[in-house]
Amino acid sequence: MVKDQEYLRSKASYCLDLAKKLGATGSSVTVGHSISETVNFRNNTLDESNRSDGLAISIETYLGKKRSSISSSNLLEDNIKTLIEKCFETTKNTPEDEFNSLPDKDLLAKEIKNLNLYDETHFDNEKKIEYLKELESVASSEEKIINTESSFTENKSNFILANSDGFCEGYKSSSFSASCVTVAKDENSMERDYEFTSKRHLSDIKGAKELGQKASEQTIKKLSPNKIGSEKISIIFDKRIAKGMLGAFAGAISSSAISRGTSFLKDKINEQIFTETINVIDKPDVNKGVGSQIFDSEGVKSDTLNLVQNGILKNYLVDTYNGKKLNLKSNGRSGGTTNLYFDNGKISFEDLLKSNTKHIYVTETIGHGSNLVTGDYSVGATGFLIENGEFKFPVNEITIAGNFKDMFKNITLASDLDFEYSINSPTMMIEGMTVAGK
Amino acid sequence: MSNFFDKSDLTKKDADAIVSDTLQNCDDGELYLEDTKSESILLDDNKIKSSSYSSDLGFGFRAITGEVVAYSHSNEISKDSLKKSSENLKSTLKSMKGTYNKDISRSNRKFYQDINPIEQKTLNSKLEVLNKVNEYLRKKDQSVKQVTTSFAGEQKSIEIIRSGGEVLTDVRPLIRFNVSVMLEKNGRKETGVYGIGGRQSYDEYLKDDNWKTVCEEAFRIASVNLESKPAPAGEMKVVLGPGWPAILIHEAIGHGLEGDFNRKKTSAFHDLMGQKVASDGVTIVDDGTIDNRRGSLTIDDEGTPTEKTVLIENGILKNFMQDRLNARLMNTKSTGSGRRENYRHVVLPRMRNTMMLSGNQTQEEMIKSVGKGIFAVSFGGGQVDITSGKFVFNCTEAYEINNGKIGSPIKGATLIGDGPSILKEVSMVGNDMMLDPGIGTCGKAGQGVPVGVAQPSILIDKMTVGGTKL
Repeated sequence: MVKDQEYLRSKASYCLDLAKKLGATGSSVTVGHSISETVNFRNNTLDESNRSDGLAISIETYLGKKRSSISSSNLLEDNIKTLIEKCFETTKNTPEDEFNSLPDKDLLAKEIKNLNLYDETHFDNEKKIEYLKELESVASSEEKIINTESSFTENKSNFILANSDGFCEGYKSSSFSASCVTVAKDENSMERDYEFTSKRHLSDIKGAKELGQKASEQTIKKLSPNKIGSEKISIIFDKRIAKGMLGAFAGAISSSAISRGTSFLKDKINEQIFTETINVIDKPDVNKGVGSQIFDSEGVKSDTLNLVQNGILKNYLVDTYNGKKLNLKSNGRSGGTTNLYFDNGKISFEDLLKSNTKHIYVTETIGHGSNLVTGDYSVGATGFLIENGEFKFPVNEITIAGNFKDMFKNITLASDLDFEYSINSPTMMIEGMTVAGK
Repeated sequence: MSNFFDKSDLTKKDADAIVSDTLQNCDDGELYLEDTKSESILLDDNKIKSSSYSSDLGFGFRAITGEVVAYSHSNEISKDSLKKSSENLKSTLKSMKGTYNKDISRSNRKFYQDINPIEQKTLNSKLEVLNKVNEYLRKKDQSVKQVTTSFAGEQKSIEIIRSGGEVLTDVRPLIRFNVSVMLEKNGRKETGVYGIGGRQSYDEYLKDDNWKTVCEEAFRIASVNLESKPAPAGEMKVVLGPGWPAILIHEAIGHGLEGDFNRKKTSAFHDLMGQKVASDGVTIVDDGTIDNRRGSLTIDDEGTPTEKTVLIENGILKNFMQDRLNARLMNTKSTGSGRRENYRHVVLPRMRNTMMLSGNQTQEEMIKSVGKGIFAVSFGGGQVDITSGKFVFNCTEAYEINNGKIGSPIKGATLIGDGPSILKEVSMVGNDMMLDPGIGTCGKAGQGVPVGVAQPSILIDKMTVGGTKL
């Protein structure tokens, strides 16, 4: 069983009291406990079981405008005592920083809404095994599939965040995730693809058959790929890749990148950065949402933010420290975005495929090719060539490149958004990018 | 050396008894205890942004029978917690029967000292260096708009208890010093990053000339990039500089030669043992035994002493990298490549220091031989799809080559290639093998471990460059 609030609260208040006794002018502490159980299958047999049980504590102490932090997984009282002493000693020796501060009291979360983030159902290992057996029997049924690996993880966690200004809140959450990776082979090639599902509640995850079927189909479709020539061509990003564009966007509007001047979106507030039809929203209070939170990692209440409205950048993601630097109030985004998504576009998926005579449809990218300082983007890609709305053949060993500043202004979104993950996007088309191949 | 039992109700004798009882019907397994102390100090935007310290203690208990691995870990080292883990392992493997293999090789060689780099220097002496770095760079040129610099240090003590009471221990220091600088000129911004590190004390890096060299290098890379032009797109010849660009080998070849992917036949290399996979003159080793290197280990995380494993010899595939599990299932022996990020993770076969050895040509000859191509000097990260064999990496410093001469610097571009065939495209191997500066972290299955790479300059006849200029 995951530790209860009372246990975590007692550890947290022990830390706050000790820090105060040592002379700290402020402190904050997070105590968390998490238990997760994973079962892995490979080629229709049990491969691995993994149980993880972990407590973690992190403490920050202040002396005026001086601050330092420690973290530990060892919650024995004499260890915590030694660590807090060490932490405060370090704080004393760390130079002042005028922006160091606990969050403003009036921004702290007052009400803890129930967002249904915890499902107490225990899906024991026998049941996980049954699910994976069913999944793999479907995934491996096609002759071309030569290897299947699948996994089921159940996680339960609980935490308390407390600070010397009297904040002391926390809540339980759970997640149930399953994934399937399949390898297919034919006379020309060997390819891999995957499918996964992750939800707060067990009853919401995808069925075993659906997961296995999808992974298998997606993999077989990739067999015998071609390399294509280098050209400027319109690119359609599958949803699972399109959401990555939002991830890069979120990185570029974090208040830390803005205040340090290391973002290509610095000073772009109230400017047109996307096509006029684009809206980007970050909504923390989605019922059962995978990315939902009631307050951020500093205790600041988080509200829905319209980050981009009609293509215009409206907000950065602000935490306390960088907020003070930029003269902005924290909007509860210390720790990043919550449930982030592009609003639906106006065109159907089918019509998007037909919107040009030729597209590359990208299903996977590899490499870390996003430069958030300059906006330059260049990654390896695999996918399909589409002609007149039809999937023609699989393509790989190509790269796609552009600059976010131009790419954002050439986005067309389909109307097929759904809320599977913490970041979600409809299928996306970007025109004017360069493909490098042969 | 940590004593894992002095603050616990669990005695060494209890632990031995529980381990032996749990593993009696298993093929392999062990109790792995770990105590890690780590610190990181970061200067950013003219200020000490964070100074943090972390202490992490815990165990991972593993039982293996046949191909099935049962694993349980906790950060509570107590009799109760270990018993709970034992029950969990037994319940997974209840219907299976194996024979425990007690054999594990031993060695007295050590590749680093038993030190705690964090405690060897005061906080103030580290803060002082970071402040000097910041001042030095900001004074150097008015185009310097941002400086980020950090120290990270760690001491990891491990103890492995095998069935029958055999105990193996190791104490591993690790440090890292990093400088990142952003320049702005005529409305353009570019960053340069450089770092150094290894399994040693901070002493070397706290010396004047050493931190200055790191600053100069970061500044030089950023300056070059300020002048960069759009990179070309398409297939062309590529000359790679020596040292860190060997992450090409790590991604393109290294991962595909790890035992697990080959046992599972999901690697593009699984049926190529003994065959020619690279041009003549290409020899690649994975070596865990170089003193004080980031990727070196006295023993791996299963207790096996590390070694220098020849992967490819003069173009022929000779060996895979193995941990105990995959070695047993493939009827070979562990190469001391069993690694885990920490006690929360299962062991996987991983790289240590992956190196292509020197040939006898010069970098000059290579560049002269190229009509149109690029010269890549430094890279950011890379990634590989093991199954299709396709890999990428991102240039952070590269130049055009036109008619045998180095031309303008080009913008960061991704290079993409095919692992099993790329080494056959290597047409020249340089005489200038160099180790990387000690900054690599390799990710696999969600686990990051420190690694090293090395190579001489090489000429690749055909690779796709992912620029924007057609």
